[in-house]
Amino acid sequence: MRTFSGMRSVICAVLLAAAAIGSASAQGDELTPQQAERYQKLVNELRCLVCQNQSIADSSAPLAADLREQVLHQIQSGRSDAEIADYVTARYGDFVLYRPPFKASTWLLWLGPFALLLLALGVAVVFVRRRVRPAPVSPPDAARNAERLRRLLDEGSREERR
Amino acid sequence: MRLPKYVWALVPAVVLLGLVLLFAIGLQHDPRVVPSPLIGKPAPGFDLRIVGAQTPFRRDDLLGRPVLVNFFASWCAACRDEHPLLLDLARRGVEIVGMDYKDTDADGLLWLERHGSPYRTVVADPEGRAGLDWGVYGVPETYVLDAQGTIVYKQIGPLDEQTWRSKIAPLMAAGSVLQTGSR
Repeated sequence: MRTFSGMRSVICAVLLAAAAIGSASAQGDELTPQQAERYQKLVNELRCLVCQNQSIADSSAPLAADLREQVLHQIQSGRSDAEIADYVTARYGDFVLYRPPFKASTWLLWLGPFALLLLALGVAVVFVRRRVRPAPVSPPDAARNAERLRRLLDEGSREERR
Repeated sequence: MRLPKYVWALVPAVVLLGLVLLFAIGLQHDPRVVPSPLIGKPAPGFDLRIVGAQTPFRRDDLLGRPVLVNFFASWCAACRDEHPLLLDLARRGVEIVGMDYKDTDADGLLWLERHGSPYRTVVADPEGRAGLDWGVYGVPETYVLDAQGTIVYKQIGPLDEQTWRSKIAPLMAAGSVLQTGSR
């Protein structure tokens, strides 16, 4: 896990450097450390639609490169993170956000797992409480059982001696 | 809460049935098809030119009648699959505007010469700028525009006869005197 995330940040750094160099030569200005941090955070939170289980930071698809360039461009022109996210979702929908907003079309996605967990817990509690109900043992029964047990043990030891 | 025993025995069965239903729906769903947020919205503007020429072509040129806007490319293998249908639709009088996506004019024109052109207009989008604004993430993709320039449908991947007949033809017929139905 550690090596994986390490490799990821190396890849990100390389991509970031490449993108920064590319834009610096074209635009003549560079990202401040804060902007670079924002860039890295944004490109890691946007899903690439071509290879859907990769972020646009990880994907080598041309579309991912276009979107990285857009993110870089918009950071340089002073757009906020929310504005950049809006730009991307206006074109590709909430699906591109690894953390989609909580709204009418996504509440089931956010609350579903907790609802299922609660349901499962409820069912489990009911089942367990019904299952474990020890039969009451009344004292006379207990005495009678003890007597039977002793008789059986006596018989057993007699058999053995024989 | 005193329920008869058999009700409790049914709980796992009902849960299982629910899960089976959920998975059945999930398996029908193609995860590669991401619904576009642009459906029902005005088509994004662009300022491009016609392939192999300097004639400008803009969003306004798409208004006034229903059109199909088809993003294709000479390097796109799946575009070959839908090509016969597009040619057939063009013969039936459907106006199709081709967007030559991330392609060179020369390659695009050669490809159209080789396979035939179903397009009334072919627009060059060499950097995929219009594609990005329209939310294209893989060619072919086809947008259905009504006369006001609103995107009323989006087909992701190759168009097929079934989709044309059940989804797109009715939408286009609603906005024009297009002849539809059997060939």
